[in-house]
Amino acid sequence: MTTVGEIRAANPRMTCRQVNVYYGDKHAIKNVSIDIGRNEVLAMIGPSGCGKSTFLRCLNRMNDTIEGCRVTGTITLDGQDIYDPDLDVVLLRAQVGMVFQKPNPFPKSIYDNIAYGPKIHGLARTRSELDQIVETSLQKAGLWDEVKDRLKHPGTGLSGGQQQRLCIARAIAVSPEVILMDEPCSALDPIATARIEDLIHELREQYTIVIVTHSMQQAARVSQRTAFFHMGDLIEVGPTDRIFTRPRHSLTEDYITGRFG
Amino acid sequence: MTIGVLWIPLVLLAATSYLLGRKRAVQAASTGVRLHSRPTYYGTYVALWCLLPAVGVAALWIALEPWVLTHLIVRDLPDSYRHLPPDRLGLVLNDVKNLATGAMVSGEPDAALRAAADHYRSLRSLGASAMVVACFSLALLGLFWSIRRVRADFRARNQVERVIRGFLILSATLAVFTTVGIVLSVLFEALRFFRAVPPWEFFFGLQWSPQMAIRADQVGSSGAFGMIPVFTGTMLISAIAMGLAVPVGLFSAIYLSEYASRAVRAVVKPLLEILAGVPTVVYGFFAALTVGPTIRHMGEWLGLEVASESALAAGLVMGIMIIPFISSLSDDVINAVPQDLRDGSLALGATRSETIRQVVLPAALPGIMGGVLLGVSRAIGETMIVVMAAGLSANLTMNPLQAVTTVTVQIVTLLVGDQEFDSPKTLAAFALGLVLFLVTLVLNVISLAVVRRYREQYE
Repeated sequence: MTTVGEIRAANPRMTCRQVNVYYGDKHAIKNVSIDIGRNEVLAMIGPSGCGKSTFLRCLNRMNDTIEGCRVTGTITLDGQDIYDPDLDVVLLRAQVGMVFQKPNPFPKSIYDNIAYGPKIHGLARTRSELDQIVETSLQKAGLWDEVKDRLKHPGTGLSGGQQQRLCIARAIAVSPEVILMDEPCSALDPIATARIEDLIHELREQYTIVIVTHSMQQAARVSQRTAFFHMGDLIEVGPTDRIFTRPRHSLTEDYITGRFG
Repeated sequence: MTIGVLWIPLVLLAATSYLLGRKRAVQAASTGVRLHSRPTYYGTYVALWCLLPAVGVAALWIALEPWVLTHLIVRDLPDSYRHLPPDRLGLVLNDVKNLATGAMVSGEPDAALRAAADHYRSLRSLGASAMVVACFSLALLGLFWSIRRVRADFRARNQVERVIRGFLILSATLAVFTTVGIVLSVLFEALRFFRAVPPWEFFFGLQWSPQMAIRADQVGSSGAFGMIPVFTGTMLISAIAMGLAVPVGLFSAIYLSEYASRAVRAVVKPLLEILAGVPTVVYGFFAALTVGPTIRHMGEWLGLEVASESALAAGLVMGIMIIPFISSLSDDVINAVPQDLRDGSLALGATRSETIRQVVLPAALPGIMGGVLLGVSRAIGETMIVVMAAGLSANLTMNPLQAVTTVTVQIVTLLVGDQEFDSPKTLAAFALGLVLFLVTLVLNVISLAVVRRYREQYE
């Protein structure tokens, strides 16, 4: 099945060509090709089970941790094949960060949650450098003012929205190039969701963001390009305003007008 | 006899009353009125009223019958028997009961005893019939009374749930009272011991040689009851055991839960758990016949003096015994750490071992502590392995190559065989038991506090 719309981006950070994913015998992603442009927010939408989260997890090889999962095709980051056997997956994941559906702060203090990544990658040589990284990351995630007086408190004691921003700060702390977000607002209330969406706008200046979302309004609000997945196929991709106003594929139109999904 | 005549019909009656109660409830609802509870609750309510009072009376009857019967018999005995001292009277009563059931009797019974036996027999059969009659009348009474209360607006569910709650409370208090009973019985015997041996001598004495002279001029008539060497033995062996079991158990749990493929796990985990099923006696002779001599040979080869019954042998085998407790429990808690946390760490570019050390293990620590403490309690309380492999001599030493003895071993040796229960030698066992109980209690309290503090910090 060929994808409708423009899969290429002018200045791609990541390119994916003929990507297939199998879970055992199940063919979860079928021949998907798409570019992810520099400093753009790419939204991936589609009904449950369409493969959008699976595809997202290919981009930092998190699928490696799932037994029986097989990925074929090429995915590159800045021209480098990320499935190259010589590539160190640990370094890849430092470059492609991820924020999960459910906020998952470590059972550590707020400070240690952020400092965890920089520590294991040796990004800070002194304590004050580490303090600086923690402060900048929290500031970028818009959480600094709320937690600066209680950095030693457990991260799990924060509210759901704060926890999710903590997880974003944690991902930023290892200075990635790309941030993958897997339905980052589905466990949050509308106010916390609005804060995260504002944050995504700000982060776009420095990072490339791929976001999986169930909410078409959210996709319309935060993204520049939108990709529509259905049953493992990438049906249509294009500029967000065009997808939501003049979809070219009938399935896309049915989905965004709420006829299924 | 009572089982057939009383219990089977009673259960049948209860079953019938359940059906009757249910049927009556359904009938009450057939007029279109809404029942307060589901029909089964009405059935259960009636059955409970049929069964509980009858069972209560039967239990009371069975408990009080011997006492009442004895009184009745004694009252009718000739004066020559009635004025005997209590212990002699007890023997006579035994004879009467044996005569009644046709068992062996001491000496030739006289006419008075025969009459008493006949009396006893007739009273017993009368009592049994009376009990059956009483129980059944009560059961029927309960049945008729409760079934009349079954109406559509009657709150049967609330009543039944109250009874169930009563049962639950009873079960919970039973366990508590048993514990209290054990503690008190040990405590009182220990207090008797401390009347004979001063507490400071017991708690701080460095010599353990529990013997009491029957005659004053006997050899070895001086006993020493210092618990320090015995407790040192327990601590030494437990430390050796935990030193083996904690690392091996924890590492195998980490391997099984984080690295092993599903196939390996499916084979290895049950195999490890088989270790937990080996009887401790078997571990004991494994320690005494295989590990002990091996350690001695190795020691000789290295030029060390090793006793053939050594703390090391007992401790190592005890450690092997404890491995499955720690590995199995740790494996469970490590698996219970949410996959989210692992993903979060891996997505930051952490390696698997960094994830395990810095995220998974800290999150699983309270559970792992629980497993380790269970292991410690097992090690302190373990008896069979140390009886067979560690020896009996109460050496005050920290050298694992020497023979030592433990608290549990001493309790066993003090109490097996024919013993009089009023000499300090025997009573010392209870004092040791009390201290052992206190030590494990304190350990548990400390561990609970540690775990709670950790939780407060991180949840």
